[in-house]
Amino acid sequence: MIDPPLALLAELTHRCPLRCPYCSNPVDLTRPGAELDAATWARVFAEAAALGCLQVHLSGGEPTARRDILDITRSASRAGLYTNLITAGVLLDAGKVAALAGAGLDHVQLSVQDAETASAERIGGYAGGHAKKLEAARLAREAGLALTLNAVVHRQNLDRLPALIDLAVALGAGRLEVAHVQYYGWALANRDALLPTRAQLDAATETVERARAALKGRLVIDYVLPDYHAERPKACMGGWGRRFLAVSPAGRVLPCHAAESLPGFDFPNVREVSLRAAWEESEAFNRFRGTAWMPPPCRGCARAEIDWGGCRCQAFALTGDAAATDPACALSLRHHLLADAVRDAAAAGADFTYREMGRVPGGVA
Amino acid sequence: MAEAAVPRLARGMRLRQDAARDGRWVVLGPERMFVPDEIALEVLRLVDGARTVGVIVDELAARFAAPKAEILADVTAMLEDLAGRGVVAS
Repeated sequence: MIDPPLALLAELTHRCPLRCPYCSNPVDLTRPGAELDAATWARVFAEAAALGCLQVHLSGGEPTARRDILDITRSASRAGLYTNLITAGVLLDAGKVAALAGAGLDHVQLSVQDAETASAERIGGYAGGHAKKLEAARLAREAGLALTLNAVVHRQNLDRLPALIDLAVALGAGRLEVAHVQYYGWALANRDALLPTRAQLDAATETVERARAALKGRLVIDYVLPDYHAERPKACMGGWGRRFLAVSPAGRVLPCHAAESLPGFDFPNVREVSLRAAWEESEAFNRFRGTAWMPPPCRGCARAEIDWGGCRCQAFALTGDAAATDPACALSLRHHLLADAVRDAAAAGADFTYREMGRVPGGVA
Repeated sequence: MAEAAVPRLARGMRLRQDAARDGRWVVLGPERMFVPDEIALEVLRLVDGARTVGVIVDELAARFAAPKAEILADVTAMLEDLAGRGVVAS
């Protein structure tokens, strides 16, 4: 018996006006013509709720780049799912925000790239974006929506974490997610420009601890230590195929949003199979379930069912083998790769390869 | 939280039944969900933005035939804990 998933990530589109160099989308972005239509998404949401999902994250790319975002939001809410919108905010106006709230949206998670406008707009690669985001936050609050501020942090903005926390409070967010960049896809290509130093990280951790105490009851701060300075890996997605599934813009059903980049997989597609069949029966979801697939030192490790071997995408990105122990674990023979990367990054420059459709990082396309 | 305070679920928090898992009650919010224990559930089901803490305590004291002072202490502690975690506001 396979436990049902708790949450669905619906990546509605890869279109996005921003060009963040750490984007979690795959390097090979999906063209608009290949996107699922709203009717198919409605079926996916109904299947997700029947399967056991309680929450859906409407994400992208930028989900509000879709003209049918209201229909999609309504169908998610009507399926009985707690409906989150993960947005950059720059395409929202008062009418759209009110309509989204009316369509049953429960929560808006708004990204900011920095607390300081010039830096934020350089990182996001979108002039004029920061002010639009602040306005989107105000509109979400006005519409009665719960608001999370999401700050992806890295070497080039981590020193302004105190200002980001102040910004979350000033915008009336109930929650702040301080998310260290995860290094695969676009972020891996930009790793030298993004990896924080140990000193930056320690200062940030202390900042978060102080703010949590000072803002208890006013602001919830979610903060996870980054893998590159860790001794033990994360239970990525709570374990492969254990709690979470994602559907890509073109309909592929994935155990995590980055898994599409792993070679040697035939991921099921919602155009061809039900979400339940994908979750319970597909080879892709079953491949890294449980512990039988694990190599040493995971096999037999007391933490095997705590961290589930870490992140498959990070294992592949760093070792070329998706079935390897995540090098974030100090027991991995390749754990030194992370310290090597931190050392290399400390000597590197600040230039980005921006995320753009048709661009191949490191390539000449 | 004072006896006259009117607690409500914080913005974005929902109390729902989980049909796929035997109809248990779950609290859903931004990026989180938890299953309240029996006592927390009894309290949360009375948190509606209209009842005061005092009214909630009276109802629970009547239902469980327990001394009001005892229930008041428990309910206040529980609501303050939930408020600290951003689940309840007043």
